[in-house]
Amino acid sequence: MTTPDQSVSAQVRQKIARQFIEAIPHSRSLGMRLTELGEGTACIEMPYDEKLIGDPETGVIHGGAVSALMDTCCGAAVMAHPTGPIATATLDLRIDYMRSATPGQKLVTTAHCYHATRTVAFVRATTTDEDTSRPVATATGAFSLERAKGGAA
Amino acid sequence: MRRPVEPVQVVKKRRDEALQKLIGQVPYIRFLGVEFDRRGDELTAVLPFKDELIGNPMLPAIHGGVTAAFLEITAIIELSWGLLWEDMEKPENSDFRFGDAPFKLPKTIDFTVDYLRSGLPRDAYARARVNRSGRRYASVHVEAWQDNRSRLFAQASGHFLMPSRDE
Repeated sequence: MTTPDQSVSAQVRQKIARQFIEAIPHSRSLGMRLTELGEGTACIEMPYDEKLIGDPETGVIHGGAVSALMDTCCGAAVMAHPTGPIATATLDLRIDYMRSATPGQKLVTTAHCYHATRTVAFVRATTTDEDTSRPVATATGAFSLERAKGGAA
Repeated sequence: MRRPVEPVQVVKKRRDEALQKLIGQVPYIRFLGVEFDRRGDELTAVLPFKDELIGNPMLPAIHGGVTAAFLEITAIIELSWGLLWEDMEKPENSDFRFGDAPFKLPKTIDFTVDYLRSGLPRDAYARARVNRSGRRYASVHVEAWQDNRSRLFAQASGHFLMPSRDE
């Protein structure tokens, strides 16, 4: 049996996910740009901006701005999951900060929704600056999943 | 001989100025519009609602990243305020002014946010409790609410690297 959800093409799914992210006012005000969207994966960039500085002495971006980027990217990965959710919200997000982001460099986050049940999605994400060999921060999160009525179980 | 008692306005002015300078130096706090209320040494962070904070325009709800940032700011300012207060309240430091001596902020090691209900399009409040503050590390818990103090919409706990004090 084919449920309406399964018949939705990957393209349509991607379109829904992209619209979902681009309609977020706070993500816009941080200048976030969605650069990649795959099967349960997403990549978002955020340019360096002086208004996001958390440590005035060094010019390093505030951890909170990194959290916003991570949260958005994880949500995008959930929306891009092959089971086609129609909405999501963060239940829990843990962020580990490995090092300070280099001032002046853009941040790039990639997130992977590695498991989804009927109601919950599990996500991991990594943020780097231009030195992609050393992560700036990593995140793990649990997100709620809302599916279309009559969609796949 | 006993020191003369300082007039209350003088004490208040010194504390309020130190707090405002601590907050005012961080661009990201200004960007989000976070303010702090002070009662003695107790701080309450206030996040006045504005459209740019929205994460879900359909509901609408505050962005999860904004909530995380608000709680992290509250934790860092609470820790910094504790360090500042120690210096400021020494009887010999009645001429204390923030910025006269170099002041370093704590650094976040990890931060975990628990989203209990969606953030409504209203002002939000948060208070942090320092559960342990050692020479190097500190552990902080933060609670955030909107209309009702007892109905938290988010809570968080995190670990912070404290600035080295003997440099």
